[in-house]
Amino acid sequence: MSMREMTYGEAVKEAIAEEMRRDPTVFLMGEDVGKAGTVFKVLLGLHDEFGDDRVIDTPIAEAGLVGLGVGAALTGSRPIVDIMFGDFVTLAMDQIVNQAAKLRYMSGGQATVPITIRSTMGAGRSSAAQHSQSLHAWLAHIPGLKVAIPSTPADAKGLFKTAVRDDNPVVIYEDKMMYALKGMVPTEEDYTIPFGQAHIKREGDDVTLIATSSMIHVALDAADALAEQGISAEVVDPRTLVPLDSKTLIESVVKTTRAVIIDEGYKSFGITGEIASTVYNGAFDYIDAPIVRLGAMDVPVPFSKPLEDATIPTAEDVIKAVQDMKIIHR
Amino acid sequence: MSLPSEILIKMYRAMLRIRRFEEQIWEVYTGGLMHGLAHLYIGEEAVAVGVCAALRDDDFITSTHRGHGHCVAKGGNLEAMMAEVMGRVTGHCRGKGGSMHIADMSVGILGANGIVGGGFGIATGAALSAQKRGTDQVAVCFFGDGASNQGIFFEVMNFAAIWKLPVIYVCENNHYGEYTPTGNVTAGKSIADRSLPFGIPSTTVDGSDAIAVYEATAEAVERARKGDGATLIECDTYRYRGHHVGDPGEGYRTKEEIESWMAKDPIQLLRTKILDDNIASGAELDAEEREVEKEMENALEAAKAAPYPDVEEVNQHVYA
Repeated sequence: MSMREMTYGEAVKEAIAEEMRRDPTVFLMGEDVGKAGTVFKVLLGLHDEFGDDRVIDTPIAEAGLVGLGVGAALTGSRPIVDIMFGDFVTLAMDQIVNQAAKLRYMSGGQATVPITIRSTMGAGRSSAAQHSQSLHAWLAHIPGLKVAIPSTPADAKGLFKTAVRDDNPVVIYEDKMMYALKGMVPTEEDYTIPFGQAHIKREGDDVTLIATSSMIHVALDAADALAEQGISAEVVDPRTLVPLDSKTLIESVVKTTRAVIIDEGYKSFGITGEIASTVYNGAFDYIDAPIVRLGAMDVPVPFSKPLEDATIPTAEDVIKAVQDMKIIHR
Repeated sequence: MSLPSEILIKMYRAMLRIRRFEEQIWEVYTGGLMHGLAHLYIGEEAVAVGVCAALRDDDFITSTHRGHGHCVAKGGNLEAMMAEVMGRVTGHCRGKGGSMHIADMSVGILGANGIVGGGFGIATGAALSAQKRGTDQVAVCFFGDGASNQGIFFEVMNFAAIWKLPVIYVCENNHYGEYTPTGNVTAGKSIADRSLPFGIPSTTVDGSDAIAVYEATAEAVERARKGDGATLIECDTYRYRGHHVGDPGEGYRTKEEIESWMAKDPIQLLRTKILDDNIASGAELDAEEREVEKEMENALEAAKAAPYPDVEEVNQHVYA
């Protein structure tokens, strides 16, 4: 497969551009998506290619914005709606939860709502409590929505293209700390990644590190350090929360017998709890140590850098969790 | 403007169908054949009928929790509607939506909605889609006086104005948001005024007068199809019954008030007009009534005979 190096942000832009070229019913709308190319500048150039008609700046009105997206999706368009910060998704919750997610079911299968909502997640930019949250668990909780959460440029491109082509409402979260992250991305036009397929980012035998989004890189760093200590860690990325590839997660833990789950959402009532339960149920007879869950600290994300840093799981946290499992090779 | 007689007869018949459907719902509900909530439209028929008579089949509407009238007027199937409110598998939504969520995509009914103001985004988005796809379809958003205080109303009017979207906001001001008089919780002289700061023209019409509603809508439709953007129409109307079947509708409303509205009943108004203008005879209109009665009986019998959905269906239609 021919590959090209690009950043995470470039991969997202390329996915959108390719889908817009392929399908004239696709358009993008959101705050500052036009000439500004979003506040993160990652979509610069899209407006030049597609113009005002298809790359559309909107008012700052998230409920209306998503609501229009839902109505457009219901009637023959495939809108991509951009919510610049994941925190602002809360302003559109009725549209997403009560409308987009339920219209197909409530109509007995008549309605299709092929809307893609892209938003960001992740702390680390000293943006404080209302521009830093990772609230993907909220939406993964709602039947009728799909949730994708890519961790690499290649996954970002492949999952984004799948999201646009999906006939269901899909929410795709990009960690804004990863936009400059580089990686190899397949160059073929039709490179898509099916939803519900976890990806083993690194193979190992002693412990499984199940991680999402930017936490994959925390897990990979930890795996490097653990290798030096003679511990072989497998790193698995679910890539989509809904649908969740339980099988791959369970098989990995059956093999390694131990698991640490790392996600940047709040620890309580969140993704790590759901995945831990899934793995316990599927691999119970094989598990040699209590599963460890690492999530964002259950506090509003603080502004001051040392405080903020203390709320996000680190490679050190992962290493310590694995060391506490007292793995003995026989 | 004098309307073609076939439109008047069509509207008369549509209002009768709504009235009879809602009366039937009352009987079905109190007879224990229907569960959940039922918000009856009796008294407001001229709004749905006047608006929908000015639309094409491929135009869109979004409806409300008090939505049976809109769905009948836009071309919903009486049998499928009755089956739906009774939770039967032959319902428009296979029994998954019920009274508050009737949808029929084949005739542009994008769904009744249980969230007050739930149709604002969808209708405005349908208008955006029509514009993007280069059709001349229009979208109508029915909403109540209560919904006019939801924030998203103002968001979508702004979108509709900046992009000149082919959408028509039809406010059914029935003077009570559930049990609360509209004036107690609604600022300003009128709801129609609320679109003016956005540059969206508005008008207030007598919601008991189907012809007036039709004419206002036809003008708005013409504006929308020409690319000149949105319109707000406030219809002054009244529900004869309570907020829902379980509410007698009294106590918070006076007998005099209810009677004053019933004295200008929308169906009687149009009947008088048709008779006065010699468009049809009383006997012909009575025949219409008998036909509607028969149609309703058939719909009810078919719905009653239809099975409930198989429990296996419970997790179908979550995803496409």
